[in-house]
Amino acid sequence: MTERLFEGADWDFHTLQRITDACEEVATKDLGLDVYPNQIEVITAEQMLDAYSSVGMPLFYKHWSFGKHFAYHEASYRKGLMGLAYEIVINSSPCISYLMEENTATMQTLVIAHAAFGHNHFFKNNYLFKQWTDADGILDYLDFAKNYVMQCEDRYGRVEVERTLDAAHALMSHGIDRYPGKKKLDLRAEEKRAGRRRQHEEEVFNDLWRTVPAGKSKTRSALSIERRRKLLGLPQENLLYFLEKSAPRLAPWQRELLRIVRHIAQYFYPQSQTKVMNEGTATYVHYRIMTKLHQQGRTSDGNFLEFLQSHTNVVFQPEFDDQRFSGFNPYALGFAMMQDIERIVTRPEDEDREWFPDIAGKNDVMGVLRDVWANYRDESFIAQFLSPKLMRHLRMFHLHDDPEERAGIRVDAIHDERGFRRVRRELARQHDVGYIDANIEVVDVDLSGDRRLILHHHVIKGAQLNETDAKRVLQHLADLWTYDVALIEVDASDKVLREYVVSPRPISAVA
Amino acid sequence: MHIIDRRLNPGGKSLENRQRFLRRAKSLVQGAVKKTSQERDIKDVLEGGEVTIPLDGMHEPRFRRDGGTRDMVLPGNKKFIEGDYLQRSGQGSAKDSGPGEGDSEDAFRFVLSRDEFVDLFLDDLELPDLAKRKIAQTESEGIQRAGYTTSGSPSNISVSRTVRRAMARRIALKRPSKEEIEELESAIAASADEDERLLLLAQLEKLKAKSKRIPFIDPLDIRYRRFETVPKPVAQAVMFCLMDVSGSMSEHMKDLAKRFYMLLYVFLKRRYKHVDIVFIRHTDRAEEVDEQTFFYGPASGGTLVSSALQAMHEIVRERFSPSDWNIYAAQASDGDNSYSDGELAGMLLTDKILPVCQFFAYLEVGESGGSAFDLSDSSLWTLYERLRNSGAPLSMRKVSERSEIFPVFHDLFQRRDTAQEKAAP
Repeated sequence: MTERLFEGADWDFHTLQRITDACEEVATKDLGLDVYPNQIEVITAEQMLDAYSSVGMPLFYKHWSFGKHFAYHEASYRKGLMGLAYEIVINSSPCISYLMEENTATMQTLVIAHAAFGHNHFFKNNYLFKQWTDADGILDYLDFAKNYVMQCEDRYGRVEVERTLDAAHALMSHGIDRYPGKKKLDLRAEEKRAGRRRQHEEEVFNDLWRTVPAGKSKTRSALSIERRRKLLGLPQENLLYFLEKSAPRLAPWQRELLRIVRHIAQYFYPQSQTKVMNEGTATYVHYRIMTKLHQQGRTSDGNFLEFLQSHTNVVFQPEFDDQRFSGFNPYALGFAMMQDIERIVTRPEDEDREWFPDIAGKNDVMGVLRDVWANYRDESFIAQFLSPKLMRHLRMFHLHDDPEERAGIRVDAIHDERGFRRVRRELARQHDVGYIDANIEVVDVDLSGDRRLILHHHVIKGAQLNETDAKRVLQHLADLWTYDVALIEVDASDKVLREYVVSPRPISAVA
Repeated sequence: MHIIDRRLNPGGKSLENRQRFLRRAKSLVQGAVKKTSQERDIKDVLEGGEVTIPLDGMHEPRFRRDGGTRDMVLPGNKKFIEGDYLQRSGQGSAKDSGPGEGDSEDAFRFVLSRDEFVDLFLDDLELPDLAKRKIAQTESEGIQRAGYTTSGSPSNISVSRTVRRAMARRIALKRPSKEEIEELESAIAASADEDERLLLLAQLEKLKAKSKRIPFIDPLDIRYRRFETVPKPVAQAVMFCLMDVSGSMSEHMKDLAKRFYMLLYVFLKRRYKHVDIVFIRHTDRAEEVDEQTFFYGPASGGTLVSSALQAMHEIVRERFSPSDWNIYAAQASDGDNSYSDGELAGMLLTDKILPVCQFFAYLEVGESGGSAFDLSDSSLWTLYERLRNSGAPLSMRKVSERSEIFPVFHDLFQRRDTAQEKAAP
């Protein structure tokens, strides 16, 4: 019999090393995973709370909102409302996984298999992460950001920096390029260029303000409007980018802060699009590794049962009328789909052959899965791979809630022949960030008049912006722009539903 | 492949962020702290603890959408078929906001440390009329012992320390003791054998030479007492707690008064390096007592307020020179005083006490329910009111419920002159 990796619940650093080696063997030989080098760090619960509140990153600039989240998490943790995550893993090279010291040996094994191999493989191979994130550069860039913010505080005052960051955070979810056009982000070069660029831009003429009418006004033809908008890069949905480039009165350091927030938002963008896949991958990988280790006799039956209990908790999916229900659990859905793909590849039924002719019966489970992990995001993954069998198993159904409808909420489709494709399409759509976030873009600047910035919100399915929040965000936007900002909500037929106009607050320090 | 132990890394990376958060949420937290402290014992207040603040003021806004038609896919269909309608309950049957999102947090609790709590609680309080604040910032020199040194003036020689060192040196260097030499001498005297005698004599010579080489006390041994001048802060405050314990004071009233004093004590401790506290309790005669007696000792009798005032005046004259001390007094009473005493008390206050006091707080305690207050002002209240109207540094409040202590305290010591200070250039 092979030697056990550990006995009981205790572990030390040699155990961790043995566990990691054993996991690695399964991960690379059996599953054919391709991972960044691993760095495993053991931390305390308090450090885990720290990491939580700065979006999981090991170093981050200082801001009160992180303190707020820390206080919030700490309070709910102390009261036992919330367990801490077992792990935090960082998309960087080397890939850093945090383990909590309180965990048992079994849990450490689970976490290493899950994070250091599952997530790690996903980060390294998924096209979105390849396209948008720079695993080699992120830690250096965060270090740069932290120091930069600190320097700004010294030089321009904490209040000023805080004001700018508050505004940038409010716009963070609209500081993202959704479509790759330019080359991949290179954060190291970014950091190096930052200083030079600032200096350069200070000296360079801003095209926008050359068009401010002076003296006799030119007749503005439709063509010149088009041209001007083109010069400004309008329409522009990346609000932070637009402000950074075109806001007339921001100091260079404020532009750099916007840039930092924008880069960080962009770095996390792939994560928000791949929750189901990422967790599904990691859960599938840990399940395979743990099972294999047990089969090899390297973990005891007791340890395996302990693992199964945690695993079951993680992939538990309450039903819609359960008190615990809060939407689809990405772990549960992702894991179920990965297992379902395994089933289709190895033991397909007629239905599967019809729905998935490409992979049904192909028998190379890992080949298919690795391909899926590399080339899809949640939306396309669900649209492509959610099988009728799984829909039946989870008894999915689609509800359509129209507030105008008196009779109530309509059941639009269920898990039957007529409904499979509709249910699948709707669930995919629920996971499409492009669809979840409000579609807001800068459309024009009224240069001949009061330099008002004009934004459009394209309302989908009648869901307008929450008024209180919208006003506050616009206030931040106006403060950065330093002239009036108008947000117009229009529906698909360009009918104006509502218009907000916000003026900047008089801030002496903006100049 | 690295495994790193980070547990020993400095924790509290979030401390700075937490402080920023507190600073930002200060007014909210302060409100919460005050509210919390009303419901708790003073001892508990000083322990810090959990407060709840509305997150509204700390909200981080985002563009988010509301309303409209919604489509959702849910798991766990029981019996529905396409085209069925579900009744709307009061709210949507499904929440779609993820956990940890800002939207769902409308209030949250978190724990403040003891210091954070007390600081926030006392933050906007100040002792009124700190005429001596300027003095308080200059410090006079004091002298204090600071170990021993090898040089100094003869008057500072520490004999015991010097002798101790000399003995240690003698033992270490094996200086022959007096007994050893005497023993040898008697051996010589008793010795009959000439050769042996010579040998012993030689030994004696050697010992005597050695004891000459190793003196009994060497200059090396001498130690002088060292003194150090230390800055002695003049920021001193003395608080007089004058409590009426006469028969008319009920337990409830005493409880109110004691709470008030404890709070005052904590407050002064925070603001001053040195706080003296003098407890005077009185019936128809006054006595200075220790803390234990003050708070827990039984006493009862008639009422003569002037006795307490007289006692305070004497103690000030003896021990607390008004030029060095910030003098505060807090008096708690049910306002009941013998009629004939009013004049004397008034005189003592106007002539002796109020001129040397920074501030005199009068707290009138009443029975729970407080209805008695509405009848008419007590004799003491009337007297104090008259004084205050003539411009004395006197504040007065009435309290009848435990929960009122904090607001009243706050009220009494609220920073008064901030508005004026700010207005001044």
